[in-house]
Amino acid sequence: MGRLKYIPLGVLLLSMPSFASGEAIVGMNPVAIAFFLFFITATLGITYWAAKRSRTATEFYAAGRSISGFQNGLALAGDYMSAASFLGIAGMVATKGYDGLIYSIGFLVGWPVIMFLIAEPLRNLGKYTFADVVAYRLKQTPIKTLAAMGSVAVVILYLIAQMVGSGKLIQLVFGIPYELAVVIIGGLMITYVLFGGMLATTWVQIIKAVLLLGGATIMTVWTLSKFGFSPENLFQSVKETVGEKWLKPGGLVSDPIDAISLGLALMFGTAGLPHILMRFYTVPDAKEARKSVFFATGFIGYFYILTFVIGFGAVVLVGLDKITSIGKGGNMAAPLLAQALGGDAFLGFIAAVAFATILAVVAGLTLAGASALSHDLYVGVFRKGQSSEEQEVKITRIAVLVLGVIAIVLGIAFKDQNIAFMVGLAFAIAASTNFPALLMSIVWKKFTTAGAVASMATGLFLSVILIILSKTVWVAILGNPEPIFPYKNPAIISMTAAFVVGILVSLMTKEPEAEEKFEEMKVRKYLGIGAE
Amino acid sequence: MTKEELKKILNDPEFQQLVKKVSTVSLGFTIAIMVIYYSFILLLAYGKDFLGQPISEGSATTIGIPIGIGVIISAWVLTGLYVLWANKNYDPMVKKLREKFGR
Repeated sequence: MGRLKYIPLGVLLLSMPSFASGEAIVGMNPVAIAFFLFFITATLGITYWAAKRSRTATEFYAAGRSISGFQNGLALAGDYMSAASFLGIAGMVATKGYDGLIYSIGFLVGWPVIMFLIAEPLRNLGKYTFADVVAYRLKQTPIKTLAAMGSVAVVILYLIAQMVGSGKLIQLVFGIPYELAVVIIGGLMITYVLFGGMLATTWVQIIKAVLLLGGATIMTVWTLSKFGFSPENLFQSVKETVGEKWLKPGGLVSDPIDAISLGLALMFGTAGLPHILMRFYTVPDAKEARKSVFFATGFIGYFYILTFVIGFGAVVLVGLDKITSIGKGGNMAAPLLAQALGGDAFLGFIAAVAFATILAVVAGLTLAGASALSHDLYVGVFRKGQSSEEQEVKITRIAVLVLGVIAIVLGIAFKDQNIAFMVGLAFAIAASTNFPALLMSIVWKKFTTAGAVASMATGLFLSVILIILSKTVWVAILGNPEPIFPYKNPAIISMTAAFVVGILVSLMTKEPEAEEKFEEMKVRKYLGIGAE
Repeated sequence: MTKEELKKILNDPEFQQLVKKVSTVSLGFTIAIMVIYYSFILLLAYGKDFLGQPISEGSATTIGIPIGIGVIISAWVLTGLYVLWANKNYDPMVKKLREKFGR
């Protein structure tokens, strides 16, 4: 199935050199094209294999719950280590020094929170989405409607950010037009998810994670070899090249409240990202779910340490001027370092790795968004839970196609827009809409449907409004002189408000069935009896 | 599972002990990572000069670098410790209770 679809893509790829422009940093480098084709062939092969194993709903959404803890750890890391973190954090270290490390730490510390508060109950209580857990003992219709809105909002914002970033990256690296780059990514992403479901998506993530960790490791060792394998020598060279200010904390954390707000969004937003939470249903039980967080945290932490060395390596071996002259915010620091280390061949390899990274992340997002639309909204709300498996999978596939096309269209529409706020907003919504309701539904007996609805609505509304009133939108996009909301991230207000409103409304309303079910739920939550 | 069976498990002292223990341990671990991370943030806000000092006379490496890397490593170590604890304590208790109730 789908064989014919692959041919036009192949033609598209072969015809790419004719689009090459002079300003691309790789252009049509043969090594890049070889790795690129190898990755696409391998992942499409996997999709073909997975297509036969993606017929039932459990197979399509959760890879038949057949993924091991270690594999899921790699896949989680794959979902989380986007091109933005690889290129963006390396670039931030290169252009701002130590502050890049602070940023990456914020992205890591959400993982232990997932482990200690969410992973095991999520796995034991849910079926395919985190909304299953919130709706476990509350009323399906209102809960699933709002949870689906929260999920889709996060997915769309994250997808646009990835699409725009990757279109720009591919344009810059390979020299193909932006619109074509977005269409290629969108087309491949739809193919993986539509035919191969979660199984193909998981293996795309695993391959990508191995390639990215491998590529970053080679780059780090290679960089350190230029400094006698001594980090101190590297830092000494950084100090001589750009000054000791690179090795000290700079302006990122100047206002403690702003810093704490960002920290809250990153820490608890991670625990509210629908595409991450969905991964926990691909493992057989809570024990494997727990193991997968351990591996994911290790891989992601290790990766952030590598990007720290890569960023500093770039500033010394490539030079700050060259980095800032190509690509905004130093995004090209890592590819340029690859070129400085191993010429065009290694650059081609790293460029292909970055491409694989983008594809894997957007595939995971699309699947999570489609699941929210079909499993939560269509089956949970419109069909009141009454739907055949075939029908559900069919609707998911339609949702994948619709979301894929939306991602391509919005990706092109937002080409020249300032999208810096989008990832921040996605994390703020995840931390304020999804996380509080999920946590309270797991741990608090008196949590009611009205409380959950009020909490999710408050979180969603406040995070969107406050982002609009903050500097990133109010000043940078709408052109007003002063922001109305003083902080860059709304989480400190929106997440706190979501908890407070959820608690107050729950205390004002009574739901005896929900309280009774909370007790019964404990057996499944702690012992896994009756878990899917 | 019938209501009676559920009640029996819920009223089982060993089950109640398990619930209490797991809640305490996961809360403790959560507090640990939050203390580590927010201490780091506060240190960044109020102790920039301290973090910017070289680790020893004449070295380029600042104190902030091992501390930052340390936060990353401690996050991972905490997840590892939780897995160790759960494998050693949580899983056997779950197994025992499931056997006891024939599940």
